[in-house]
Amino acid sequence: MPNLIAKSALAAHAPVTLAGTTLEEAHVGQITSISVFPGMLAEVAAKLGAFPAPNAVKGNLIWTGPEQAFLMGQAPDLAGLAATTDQTGGWAALRLTGPKAADTLMRLYPLDLRATHFPPGTCARSPLGHMQSILIREADSFLILVFRSMARTAWHEIEAALHALDARAAAGV
Amino acid sequence: MRIAGKGLIDRSEPVTFTFDGTRHHGFKGDTLASALLANGVRLVGRSFKYHRPRGILTAGPEEPNAMVEVLDNGSQTPNTRATVQEIYEGMAAQSQNRWPSLRFDVMAVNDLAAPFLGAGFYYKTFMWPRAFWEGLYEPLIRRAAGLGTLKPHHEPASYEKAFAFCDLLVIGSGPAGLMAALTAAQNGADVILAEQDSVLGGRLVAEANALGADWLTATLAELKSLPNVRLMPRTTVVGAYDQGTYAALERVGLHLPNQPHLPRECFWRIVASQAILATGALERPIAFSNNDRPGIMLASAAQTYLNRFGVSPGDKVTLFATNDHARTVARQLIAAGVKVVAILDSRSEASSVEDCPVYLNAAITDTAGRRSLTQITGHHAGGDFLIETDCLLMSGGWNPLVNLACHQNARPAWREDIAAFVPQPGMVPGLSAAGSANGAFSTHAALFEGRTTALAALTAMGKPAQAPDLPQAEDAPYRVQALWQVPGKGRAWLDFANDVTVKDVRQSAQEGYSSVEHMKRYTTQGMAPDQGKNSSVGALAVLADATGRGIPETGTTTFRAPFTPVSIGALGAGGQGAGFAPQRYMTSDQASRDRGAPMIEAGLWYRPSYFPKPGETTWRQSCDREVLMVRSAVGVADVSTLGKIDIQGKDAARFLDFVYTNTFSSLPVGRVRYGLMLREDGFVMDDGTTARLGENHYLMTTTTAAAGQVMRHLDFIHQAYCPDFQVRFISVTESWAQFAVAGPLSKMLLNSLLDERLADFPFMSCGEVTVEGVKARLFRISFSGEEGYEIAVPTAYGEALFRDLLAKAETLDGGAYGMEALNVMRIEKGFITHAEIHGRVTAFDIGMAKMVAAKKDCIGKASATRPGLNGPEREQLVGLRCDAAIGAGAHLFTPGDKVERVNDQGYVTSVCYSPTLGTNLALAFLKDGRARHGQRIRLVDHMRKTDVICEVTDPVFLDPEGAKLRA
Amino acid sequence: MRLTCPLCGTRDRREFYYSGSDDYLNRPSEGAPVEAWDDMLHLRVNPAGVTKDLWYHETGCGSWLLVTRNTVTHAVLATELVAARKGGAA
Repeated sequence: MPNLIAKSALAAHAPVTLAGTTLEEAHVGQITSISVFPGMLAEVAAKLGAFPAPNAVKGNLIWTGPEQAFLMGQAPDLAGLAATTDQTGGWAALRLTGPKAADTLMRLYPLDLRATHFPPGTCARSPLGHMQSILIREADSFLILVFRSMARTAWHEIEAALHALDARAAAGV
Repeated sequence: MRIAGKGLIDRSEPVTFTFDGTRHHGFKGDTLASALLANGVRLVGRSFKYHRPRGILTAGPEEPNAMVEVLDNGSQTPNTRATVQEIYEGMAAQSQNRWPSLRFDVMAVNDLAAPFLGAGFYYKTFMWPRAFWEGLYEPLIRRAAGLGTLKPHHEPASYEKAFAFCDLLVIGSGPAGLMAALTAAQNGADVILAEQDSVLGGRLVAEANALGADWLTATLAELKSLPNVRLMPRTTVVGAYDQGTYAALERVGLHLPNQPHLPRECFWRIVASQAILATGALERPIAFSNNDRPGIMLASAAQTYLNRFGVSPGDKVTLFATNDHARTVARQLIAAGVKVVAILDSRSEASSVEDCPVYLNAAITDTAGRRSLTQITGHHAGGDFLIETDCLLMSGGWNPLVNLACHQNARPAWREDIAAFVPQPGMVPGLSAAGSANGAFSTHAALFEGRTTALAALTAMGKPAQAPDLPQAEDAPYRVQALWQVPGKGRAWLDFANDVTVKDVRQSAQEGYSSVEHMKRYTTQGMAPDQGKNSSVGALAVLADATGRGIPETGTTTFRAPFTPVSIGALGAGGQGAGFAPQRYMTSDQASRDRGAPMIEAGLWYRPSYFPKPGETTWRQSCDREVLMVRSAVGVADVSTLGKIDIQGKDAARFLDFVYTNTFSSLPVGRVRYGLMLREDGFVMDDGTTARLGENHYLMTTTTAAAGQVMRHLDFIHQAYCPDFQVRFISVTESWAQFAVAGPLSKMLLNSLLDERLADFPFMSCGEVTVEGVKARLFRISFSGEEGYEIAVPTAYGEALFRDLLAKAETLDGGAYGMEALNVMRIEKGFITHAEIHGRVTAFDIGMAKMVAAKKDCIGKASATRPGLNGPEREQLVGLRCDAAIGAGAHLFTPGDKVERVNDQGYVTSVCYSPTLGTNLALAFLKDGRARHGQRIRLVDHMRKTDVICEVTDPVFLDPEGAKLRA
Repeated sequence: MRLTCPLCGTRDRREFYYSGSDDYLNRPSEGAPVEAWDDMLHLRVNPAGVTKDLWYHETGCGSWLLVTRNTVTHAVLATELVAARKGGAA
């Protein structure tokens, strides 16, 4: 057992609900990056059970780049087939749930998040403001991964967008 | 005056507001302009140049005269168009460009000097002497010019930006826009309907008779009910950009009292597969003598004030028209009980049967009235006239609003039959014009074109395209006889906003500025906030006449975005504070702040500058203590900001050999090597250490500043030059919290926390350890010149490890050190940072030419050897010692030389006071510097007023053999 | 402006980093004459018309793209992955 205390990126941030939409820190557990070596995609997919297509989530695998995915969990032995790294501590996860979630994020991402164009199971590598991020649409919510060091800014920006939508709703505009 | 029973305003909701301090009453739904007219206020502003009294000319965003400042809770919004601004309870507005008051404006004296103030006045008058340009003339002219004023403080209001996507963007909600939206929506397309006005319907709202209220109400209800339609009122599409991107400005809270978090405006970026330009047309004024008095208004504006706001534009109304539109307006005014004195029709062949006198072949030659119109004079087919009137409505024909179609540099085409410019197909890919914007002026034609263009857009998108039925609508022909100017003695205004008259345009042509672009710049026509919406076509027609060319040959000036003014706040929405630059925090951030460390920005990161102890009053005291602490005991610093790239694969070593100048394939597992990276042009890109964690596994570190650039560089080399290599890399910068532990007691400190005592762990080795039960990576590297280690743990444990390290270090008379001490220690050792490798230095310059391996190719190798990059002519890295304090950026001169640019021998990049050596040190680049060690050099810093002699030395000031490193 | 990343789809221009001419793809082999390096690094045509340049999907998937554009009409005519381009690596 480690004697060091582990702290999450947004430990001090309580969930916020505005415009009926809730922002909270998500605890996603272990993240392992899997970068497939040239020509090994089929073998890696066989070991993992699948490998996601671009912009897609497949089970606990999130597509993150050319022949690269994040596995939400522990990877099996992929020696010689893929490069793996532990990315667990590097990302902060935020979850946005509610009717204004897509509208909120379309104030920060230059992305088409209409449900018809970005349905559950879709993911994108795209900037949240000026921050690199991975955006995932879950069944009823969005999961946002940003570099841990920028977690507070990401929270601040999303909260500000929520405030504006909340004020719009109150004013009827 | 308000007319009982007329209009679409909500008379159950009265609204009180002030204008120039006077309280007025209006109703919900009023614009400031309609409410002022209803209160009998005619004079609302002063003109830009001559400070002429001005009233309300239009009823829309093209208004050139009625611009005011809105004062709200300490904020002040200048140049607000009264014809757009909706009133709300408690709103305060004031007139601008006048002093001391709107009725009595001292600068109105300019109007008397008008004969001298024509086009080109400033160019001709303020020519000599040249010395007066900046000091005298410019401040003078700037004081005299300008409209509203800005408060010179931070804007407290909030603005928003947002993205939107749709299949079809319909711009404008008149009959054409509504029919287009309806057609597309019924066929299942995602539609955005953007309307600059607060209510939808466009001219249907103003004209009352066109289709009847029922169709508008039913259509809006249907559109609102459809989930694939987004109605965006108060949203002006201001620019058409590439690949179907449109910029739009939404007035979100400008019509409401300030509320926390409610944005004033939202700047939209709308991406549309197809778009329809249904922006309608603007009625144009007629240029006749003194056509700018308050009380002179466009006929279409009066129609809007009458039908939408229930406001009569005057008590005794006269109309001056070149087409049939004014007849409709006159009939509606008469029906509403407004006294219409006469219709002056410029045409000789038009009906003279109306319920008021009609004069054909009529021309107005002058007007009178100081602050408001009282009388007009002129002649007609039957003789002269003199008419007492307080309101004159002009109707000079219609200009389709082609602006957006021209934003990608295409020019509109002239149509002689309607005397107007119209868009041509394909001017903006994916954008088609419909209705009045396309020169189709009847309601039926607008509906028809709206439907046709929508069907074409659906087909282009491969969607079903079923045509809905069209409602019955008027289809009256538009009969116009162009009238660009009425001869007369006085000044006839073309551009009301910038005070440009017919005479100015003629003078421009006379003085050789006969191209329309030159005329624009010489007269400033079209350069005011309305951007020539009311004047461009009129002005170029006058120019065409003056130069004897036709209108199409004369052509238009360039239409540029934005269509209407966009506040900087809206453009920059989201770009303040963290929205401008994300803040990156290390895991040690709170622990550092707890110890009172001031944080400084290093790129986006916040890093501790120094850790003050009680009694220390300057940063230097803390910094000096921290340096000596590390050199005598132990110090701890968070170095997590350095870029870390995990590189794996059978070809990882080969890849690194290609990327770095030196060789990494020969590095044993468990060892670390310093690497130098060049750009392909031979200059140094970055440096750092790379550790070999396994046979096919490396960990590269980059500098904090260049982490992103290096990743981009590696991706390029891999994808462009060796995509078949079995190598994969990914940033792990954020996955590890990494701390430098440096000083003679560093090993003792580490051993107090490591689960197993450190065995033999020589300089430049690396390995896995366990610290307090957590797996960690340990590197023996040093940026301070002392025995040093860097220990990395998974980020979640960073704060805990940092606090534990500090607690133990303090027991050993050590502690935390900040960026200042870190910088001093690296200068003492001659270690470079991006202050030195700033993009213009080569490996040769920094004394690392030998690091470019001869046996292999690498990025930058060929260029690094080219002539001019190696030799005594280069400025080379040296050390400087000096008794006096010196600053970075100072330049170096050979003692005895004149301090002139041609004698420049180099410059200083980094400086510090070294508490270890008791002197000031600097790193500098000096021509042929390595051959000049031991010489004296003159250091001049004009900024800091320094002029001292330094000694040139080797850049490594301390422990050049590295004995301490290897201890 | 919008560009189509072959992997991620059509994205806003702000996701991309502009690098310049596709000349950078033609890296001379070791020992090539200095003119070859000059061509690659410094000599550029500046066409009014079709041009090929390199963009990096920096805040996206990290792919380098070879983009064919028209500098007059601003039309984007083609985008392909540098790593998978026809002709392959130099």
